[in-house]
Amino acid sequence: MNIKKLLTPFTAWGNVTKDPVTIKDPLNERPGADRYRGFHRNDVEACVGCGSCEDICENEAIDLMPAKDTKDGDSGLRPMIDYGRCCWCALCVDVCTTNSLTLSNEYTWISTDPEDFRYIPGIDKKEWDNNNDKGWKKPEPNYEFYPLKRIQPSHLSPEDRSDSFIEMMHGYSKDQAMQEADRCVECGICTATCPAHMGIPEYIKAIRNDDLEEGLRILYDTNPLPEICGRICTHKCETVCTIGHKGDPLSIRWLKRYIADQNPSERYKKILETENLVSKGKKVAIIGAGPSGLSAAHYLVQMGYEVKIFEKLAAAGGMMRYGIPSYRLPYDQIDKDIDYILSLGVDIQYNINVGNGEGEISLETLGNDYDAVFSGTGLHLGRSTGIPGSDNKHVYASPDLLRWIVEGKEFEVPENVVVIGGGNVAMDITRSMARLQMKKYGKVGVITTALEGEDKMPADREEIDEGREEGCIINPGWAPKSVEIDSNGVPTGLNVVKCHSLFDSEGRFNPQTDEDNKEFWPGTMIIESIGQGMDISYLDGKYKDQLEFGPRGRVQTDEYYQTGLPWLFMGGDIIKGPDVITGIATGHKAAVGIDRMLNPEF
Amino acid sequence: MNEDRSLYPEHDENGKPIIDLESHKFLKLWQGPQHPGITGNMSLELTVSGDEIVESKTHVGYLHRGFEKLLERRLFVQCMPTSIRLCVAEPDPNEYIVSTAVEELGGIEIPDNAKWLRMLSLEMARLQVLLRGVPGQAGTFALGLGYQWGNYLRDLILDSFEELTGGRVYHMYIIPGGVRGNLPEGFKGRMLEKLKLIDEFVVKIDKLIFQNVVFESRAKGLGHIPKEWVDKYGVYGPAARASGVMRDVRKTNPYLNYDQLDFEPHVTTEGDVYARSVVRYNDLQMTVDMIRQILDKMPDGGDIRAQTPNVLHWKIPKGETYVKCESSRGEYGMYFVTDGSDKPRRAHLKGPSYTHANALLDKLLINANIADTAAIMVSLATCPPEIER
Ligand code: SF4
Ligand code: SF4
Repeated sequence: MNIKKLLTPFTAWGNVTKDPVTIKDPLNERPGADRYRGFHRNDVEACVGCGSCEDICENEAIDLMPAKDTKDGDSGLRPMIDYGRCCWCALCVDVCTTNSLTLSNEYTWISTDPEDFRYIPGIDKKEWDNNNDKGWKKPEPNYEFYPLKRIQPSHLSPEDRSDSFIEMMHGYSKDQAMQEADRCVECGICTATCPAHMGIPEYIKAIRNDDLEEGLRILYDTNPLPEICGRICTHKCETVCTIGHKGDPLSIRWLKRYIADQNPSERYKKILETENLVSKGKKVAIIGAGPSGLSAAHYLVQMGYEVKIFEKLAAAGGMMRYGIPSYRLPYDQIDKDIDYILSLGVDIQYNINVGNGEGEISLETLGNDYDAVFSGTGLHLGRSTGIPGSDNKHVYASPDLLRWIVEGKEFEVPENVVVIGGGNVAMDITRSMARLQMKKYGKVGVITTALEGEDKMPADREEIDEGREEGCIINPGWAPKSVEIDSNGVPTGLNVVKCHSLFDSEGRFNPQTDEDNKEFWPGTMIIESIGQGMDISYLDGKYKDQLEFGPRGRVQTDEYYQTGLPWLFMGGDIIKGPDVITGIATGHKAAVGIDRMLNPEF
Repeated sequence: MNEDRSLYPEHDENGKPIIDLESHKFLKLWQGPQHPGITGNMSLELTVSGDEIVESKTHVGYLHRGFEKLLERRLFVQCMPTSIRLCVAEPDPNEYIVSTAVEELGGIEIPDNAKWLRMLSLEMARLQVLLRGVPGQAGTFALGLGYQWGNYLRDLILDSFEELTGGRVYHMYIIPGGVRGNLPEGFKGRMLEKLKLIDEFVVKIDKLIFQNVVFESRAKGLGHIPKEWVDKYGVYGPAARASGVMRDVRKTNPYLNYDQLDFEPHVTTEGDVYARSVVRYNDLQMTVDMIRQILDKMPDGGDIRAQTPNVLHWKIPKGETYVKCESSRGEYGMYFVTDGSDKPRRAHLKGPSYTHANALLDKLLINANIADTAAIMVSLATCPPEIER
């Protein structure tokens, strides 16, 4: 026997003199590591209730519960965690679209009530809510569970587009659309905010599945003008898109356009199963072929009503055709949407005004001849600032000019133009005039001003940026004072003063200006683009007493846009909005209302 | 005790033992599924004659969790919390093989920094297993002291895991696309201090276990695996290397950045429990050295994850792959099939425990003493959860 090997192990006795390694009071002496995955915390003010945490949890430990007020961009729901199921993987933290969800570095939590272990972090207060900011957070750097960068469709360069009314945005390619669609987390916050409540996550999913026919069906469930909305919608959905909290919101509008663009119009009826619509034998008249009228017509004809539209102008589309320049919305795309609706059997009479004058058809006649009437006559009258000189004949209203461009009417295009207004319509006329000037003079001479400061301008950011790229001077934060007129009665320019704020402390519209800080902007044509008014004089006469009018002369309706006259429904910009998608939504809802009225068994 | 054991049992003409329980010369003895001498929830159905085992049958099925099936119902990222539990004692190779399979089929190239961090976590995982496993071998002969020392050091490594990954046992660190964090402030320094303690431990363990006549006399010659069995029974990792066959995926099929490390896995030929202990003891030292090399060579921060498609609906084209790595027990692989959907079509784990604990163990235990079963099992590092995935 090897004596050495018998004795050597006993050297272990040397440990007897050493201190023990055990920690006596581990919870105090040895707190969790900085990244330890302890218990859930949620900054409930930052969280928007998107439900991505619920989706990713493989243990189904998360349920979204009503906890806050629902508002645009916030479902009002907050995650409730069930520690009977959770495995503390923290995937919910990593996926969180707002970074509101984190884990504390607490090791232990003792309670005798099992119900305690199912709680809504941030709402059900816990001791670890504020004690330190340690614990698990979404890892850095460049660690994202979904791409945050938007895929930009290609577009014409400023040089190529500055003298052309050709559509400037190219649509997505299949690859681009797939990549962009991949970024969606399917929270549906966009659907809640969209005035038409379009099935946005669903049609984006259809793109991912490369099932564009399904995509088209989903679009038409709520919106019969997808080519149009896919180009010029005000996309409130994108403003609230949850991906926008950490990155670029999804390009929902271009994705919608992609679906519509990829489906050829010849296949629409087959895809949408509208080849054999059955008539119910009842008739509905629609006044105005704008978004709301077309939308109402589409859903009514689908439900089996005989629909006839009465349109004042020579073509259908309303503001979409006569108010939006074709570099944003080409006419053939307007036609694609409208032709499909007309092909379902909708009758349309052009160049006919509803009113009480000569050659016009009266509301009364429509009321007698039809079972119901829907009116969506829109806002076509320009509003004036009323400043001195604004009554000069060289001071124009933007709706008129935009319509003339569409109609091809000749009018004087001067070298210098001043536009008053900061909304999208003001940008439309600014950029349209710039194109006309570029064609005629080879240079641009438009100055556009708005009362609002740069970051408060109501126009879409890209409209402002693109206008500048095209050579327009957009100079916000000035208030128009007067139009300077020369001895020949022609304007020479606009006097403006600096505008600091628009609203007073009580939130009333009350612009504050600095009269000493003034400028003169030369221009022989002044265009006012500060909002539009409606003409509803066709209501005058017999029925006026039966209607109720609200603020700004708007007719009051119920939730189905039914007025005090049971057979008269009204929608679009004269009731709500103004914008295309709201018009579409009101037309759709009114169609449902008309159906409820005419088919009471519904 | 000293009668001629070769008389029992008698064998029939096919060489099968003739076991007649009615003869009262044999006894059925169950070791497990709940037994301190068993590695996790499995059972050995032993037929003994006196204290000698004449027949052994491994029974599994006490733990069946259906994890492979569960993976088929999970998004790729959701596979992670489930798959880390495939083998509890050493979860990181699970993370690695599943993530890598997803990346390979999904066409994702991970950042170099993430490769080093993956290697670090894989080697730390091996280290914490060996810190218990090496002295644990002596524990099966009732020498528990080294195991306690090792457990303390393992706890220090778990502390490091906690710092790096946010978890002590289930790390959830390697994830499709990369890893979930860079080294925290001061991590390297603290880790190097701990490795110094392990250096001291290595010396102490040598004195306690390998300079120990009791351990030597019990382990030498026990559970002998001839070289020819290595292929025949599917023997992997340290067990194969103790029988003279070089099997180490890090060396034979280098993955991550293992080809940039300098290491030579120990090979010996005796093939018994003692040889396997020596190989593992060498592995322990090699792992410490490799961690030092990794900490030295890895970049100082950088990207931790490649951008993957949105994990909530990441679809992976049709394909199949087999991804393997070297766990502390040997080759650890995942056969992974995708069908173009957002979930795996099939996930199949292949770990060494399956062959080690079934066919091989049945064979090795014949003629062994009851008291030696635990030693043989532990020397094969069998892990029941890995068998019953
Ligand atoms: S930590 Fe993991 S298991 Fe727990 S709620 Fe979050 S996702 Fe679910
Ligand atoms: S993922 Fe984040 S923002 Fe969305 S519900 Fe969960 S905690 Fe709130």
